[in-house]
Amino acid sequence: MDSIVTAASVVAAGLAVGLGAIGPGIGQGSAAQGAVEGIARQPEAEGKIRGTLLLSFAFMESLTIYGLVVALVLLFANPFAG
Amino acid sequence: MGSLSFVVPFAELEVGQHLYWQLGNLRIHGQVFMTSWIVIGALLTLVVVGTKKMERDPRGVQNLLEFLWDYIRDLARTQIGEKVYRDWMPFIGTLFLFIFVSNWGGALVPWKLIHLPSGELGAPTADINTTVALALLVSLSYFYAGLSNKGLRYFEYYVHPTPIMLPFKIVEDFTKPLSLSFRLFGNILADELVVAVLVFLVPLVLPVPVMFLGLFTSAIQALIFATLAAYYIGEAVEEHH
Repeated sequence: MDSIVTAASVVAAGLAVGLGAIGPGIGQGSAAQGAVEGIARQPEAEGKIRGTLLLSFAFMESLTIYGLVVALVLLFANPFAG
Repeated sequence: MGSLSFVVPFAELEVGQHLYWQLGNLRIHGQVFMTSWIVIGALLTLVVVGTKKMERDPRGVQNLLEFLWDYIRDLARTQIGEKVYRDWMPFIGTLFLFIFVSNWGGALVPWKLIHLPSGELGAPTADINTTVALALLVSLSYFYAGLSNKGLRYFEYYVHPTPIMLPFKIVEDFTKPLSLSFRLFGNILADELVVAVLVFLVPLVLPVPVMFLGLFTSAIQALIFATLAAYYIGEAVEEHH
């Protein structure tokens, strides 16, 4: 396999996860902020808030996971690896 | 490249290596079939044992099964709605239990003790073929649910608030199975990889909390898959008028 293709694939795999983690990171931060504010205002709703928060965390996390899938494809099943 | 494997004393990390079985013109991943059959067998045994001698006051396995039944019924009822949830409860429940037991089985059962000529046993959901099959089943079911409940009026859903939505709704039909399958596959494979890499770096103690985190994410992913499947079906059978 071409060494330039290897190098580009490895760099791209790193970028796919790294850049893909920025958005969900910010999103999870603001979701957690909202949850903490909600619990502070209404401590008896903690159970319900926690459940919803975890579910929405998993949705946000899946965006990074898409980046990870792209990275894994580049590393292990590269379509350009002649 | 094609595949990668590190060999260390405690763990082996393999991606893209499979035990191939030849079936006619098809090359299938044998290790996925074996673990799927084990998972299906375990679930069937549990259900048969739990319903064999049913009592008025549930104890033991029957109690567990009734708890699961309640849980799945609540999930299906909130997402699909009071009217048709009963038709779809078995499907949602099967999806949830199969994915949940696969994920946890892949992490908890010491598959390493069984040696295969190539590839390794693990969670069936860490193979993209399994998750794509499950996601396509969900697609088929929501089309079937919509068409059987509302007939051709189902297609009103595509132009529902305004006809401008039509292209988006059509694209959505393709992105739904794509995101469902990638989410599950990516999460389970990522869990396995993170644990494997940590074991590769620090073989003692440190991977344990990450393993627990992995168990937690696996359970949440099973719940998410079932919830989304139910939500899509609920969206298809919902009446707009």
